Amino acid sequence: MITLPPHRLDLSGHLRSHGPLGGLDIGAVAESGLRGRGGGGYPTASKFVAVRGKRRTVIANGCESDPLSAKDHALLTRAPHLVLDGIKAAAQVVGASSAVLCLHEGSAAASSVAAAMAERRDRVRLVEVPASFVSGEESALVHYLGKGDARPTGKSPRPAERGMLVENVDTLAQLALIARHGPAAYREFRTELVTVLGAVRRPGVVEVPATAGLADILAAAGGGSRPLRALLIGGHGGTWVAPDADPPRRGLSSVYALPATESGLAVTADMLAWLATQSARQCGPCEFGLPSVAADFAALARGDRDARGRLARRLPMLTARGACALPDGAARLAASALEVFREEAA
Amino acid sequence: MSPALWYLSRASGLVSLVLFTAVMVMGVLGATRFARPTWPRLATALTHRDLALTSVVFLAVHIGSAVIDSYVPLTWLDVVVPFGSDYQPLWVGVGAVAFDLLVALVVTSLLRTRLPARVWRGVHWLAYACWPVALLHGVAMAETGWFVGVEIGCLLAVAAAAAYRMTPRTVPQ
Amino acid sequence: MRLTVDPIACTAHGLCADLLPELVTLDDWGYPIVSTGPVPDQLRPAARRAAALCPALALRLRRRDRPTI
Repeated sequence: MITLPPHRLDLSGHLRSHGPLGGLDIGAVAESGLRGRGGGGYPTASKFVAVRGKRRTVIANGCESDPLSAKDHALLTRAPHLVLDGIKAAAQVVGASSAVLCLHEGSAAASSVAAAMAERRDRVRLVEVPASFVSGEESALVHYLGKGDARPTGKSPRPAERGMLVENVDTLAQLALIARHGPAAYREFRTELVTVLGAVRRPGVVEVPATAGLADILAAAGGGSRPLRALLIGGHGGTWVAPDADPPRRGLSSVYALPATESGLAVTADMLAWLATQSARQCGPCEFGLPSVAADFAALARGDRDARGRLARRLPMLTARGACALPDGAARLAASALEVFREEAA
Repeated sequence: MSPALWYLSRASGLVSLVLFTAVMVMGVLGATRFARPTWPRLATALTHRDLALTSVVFLAVHIGSAVIDSYVPLTWLDVVVPFGSDYQPLWVGVGAVAFDLLVALVVTSLLRTRLPARVWRGVHWLAYACWPVALLHGVAMAETGWFVGVEIGCLLAVAAAAAYRMTPRTVPQ
Repeated sequence: MRLTVDPIACTAHGLCADLLPELVTLDDWGYPIVSTGPVPDQLRPAARRAAALCPALALRLRRRDRPTI
């Protein structure tokens, strides 16, 4: 069930390839087993059911903040109509009267999306949000659309309970396929887009069957170009695993292959330092915790033995302490690095 | 009527002004996270709250005795509606303005855990308007020199605290 | 009843940890780590006091359980 064509499809090409968009209901979404493709992996049907309120809006999230992910960009530049179909289908399921597609400011996908919108009559508003790591977070998007402030608010009620269904563009493209083929066929032939970067022969976005393991995903990107030290799953807020690991597949959307020639600790220290620069500086544990954990990690990479003890104490202090999951992701990244790169630190 | 009520009103007014001054200073120090080994932050917070409540009591005595006393014609309405009194309408009116601002401050602070933080904070900034107005009322209506002396002391205390608040300093983390 | 802290509103005054050490500890950067379970009955008055004295109104005592985020 091909999502990503080799070249950009305009409306006629899209219709030739996929046929007309069918109807969709909540039962079909539930039966499809679709989960959010933005990184959270939350069951899409549960989110649809949670939508409350009189005026409802579908917010398509094309921000793709993580530099290690490129699949949403590939989708928007090559199959924009699939995303727009998905917006239409989602709006139909939850009874939304308006729709917004959000991109980062300066996104190279904007022209493709605008051209696709010009070919259709659906009224979808294209909004460019400030390009920062946290601006693509659900509550930050809603905050920006409502008040022009692209920082997470993290407060309940969640956006869905206020009539705003925020869905990743890849999730919406999947919905467009469910609407066309039905949930049973979708379950059987489902594919997923995965960004594979780092030391592989053909870095980029690959499309693999949903049943594919990590080894199959690497193979789809041409396999490792050099001996590998580890794989990072899920980008900057993700998890390091051994190159031959077979982690649960759920929600996997990006893989970064670290060559054996590089230090996992040093690379992780750099990533943590970058995450620290991305803090919106609203929550103390993130504003102050991320720089100090990044410094601890850099110290550990340099061979400072005491840093391990500080990290053991501080990493749990980052989890569930912020308005968004940025500190949680940093803690996950750091904790998995301590585990996978154990021998480096010894 | 005896002049006792009149003296009571004057005295309680001055005491409440001094107490409110201490409340202001504690509030400002709390906002700057002032703390010393012998004076924890908690002490500042508790003193701020307890002195505020105590000064409200003295203010009630000040207002009550002034109205009940028949030496000057003041009504309960003059307490809340400024500039309408028969006796010194301007300076009594200034006191009424301070009283109205204080009511807003006290009510929102008593309800603060049930209010959105933004509302409480917005109203609480009114303290910076309320206190100078109260001071002006006190200075203008002072009958003896040493009252004014005490009031100058109050002014210096709050000015020093405000200057401390506005001085840039690194917050220890 | 549950004690929650609004991480955006919190400015690390730290009064809560003085008033309610049983349920609140401070992290390495001075910000409160609040225990997630229900507030035991005997600690309710102290919890109420801590919430009332929070200078930033970031510490809240909630009657009903609500998902935090």
